[in-house]
Amino acid sequence: MELANIERLLDKYLNAETTLTEENKLKNYFSGDNVAPHLEEYRVLFEYFSTSKNERFTKSIQLNSKKKHWKWLSVAASIILLVSVYTGYEKNQERKAEKIYKETQFALGILASNLNKGTAAVAHLKEFERTKNKIFKQPKENKK
Amino acid sequence: MKQSEFLKTVMPFKDKVFRVAKRLLVSTEEAEDATQELFFKLWKNRSKLKDYKNIEAFAMTMTKNYCFDRLKSKQANNLKLIHSNYKEKNTSLDRRMELNDSVSIVHQLIENLPEQQKLIIQLRDIEQYEFVEIAEMLNLQPTAIRVTLSRARKTIREQLIKQHNYGIS
Repeated sequence: MELANIERLLDKYLNAETTLTEENKLKNYFSGDNVAPHLEEYRVLFEYFSTSKNERFTKSIQLNSKKKHWKWLSVAASIILLVSVYTGYEKNQERKAEKIYKETQFALGILASNLNKGTAAVAHLKEFERTKNKIFKQPKENKK
Repeated sequence: MKQSEFLKTVMPFKDKVFRVAKRLLVSTEEAEDATQELFFKLWKNRSKLKDYKNIEAFAMTMTKNYCFDRLKSKQANNLKLIHSNYKEKNTSLDRRMELNDSVSIVHQLIENLPEQQKLIIQLRDIEQYEFVEIAEMLNLQPTAIRVTLSRARKTIREQLIKQHNYGIS
């Protein structure tokens, strides 16, 4: 851009009469390499304005911070409670089942041992039969 | 207003709020706290936001008021001490000119301006708001803003020329 034009804009700028577009023209001119030596002092000024606009708010914004905190805490607590009640219930069921299983096993054990007694008794009976057969053998052969 | 909707209207100018707060409060940390606080306030008053035509301008007004309040309460404590520290820094800055740290000189020069000039320079030359918008934010006439801005720009320029000549001679 023409130097006279820049100087005219700078005068307007100092009187705060420039529009935003004109101010951007100035910013562009002073960010370039062809700045007139007698206008050097403006270069840092416009450079500063441009770089300042790049600063960012890097933290995340928290809305209703305190309330949210408590809400989440209670949600977490209730989840933990639910899970622990559920697992407790499961464990309890398991223990019950185990108990029942053991009881049945015990009962079956008794049954089995009694059955064994029974078979032993039957064995005695067989013995008895054999001796009986020995005794009552001959009448059978006599028949033949 | 739901949270997502609120964030959509409010996020585009969070950096501006932060920069304006930083310009006035100087310290980055304080500016961050202020930004956080201001958006929290906006969120709490979200039901009223619809009544404002320009939420961004409203937020800027809030920022300005909040920061001025903070500065006032600080003034009661130790602002004078801080100010004398700045003056000291400023003289050493003259020498730093030779290190070509000239951009931070501009920062320092703006720092030394009165609060209102500082704020208007920030809103116009950095955030690039129209005069009507700034007038709305600060509840002033556009002409009053032009006068203050012109004064601020001229002061900065004079100081820059002074420093420039000092650097050369």
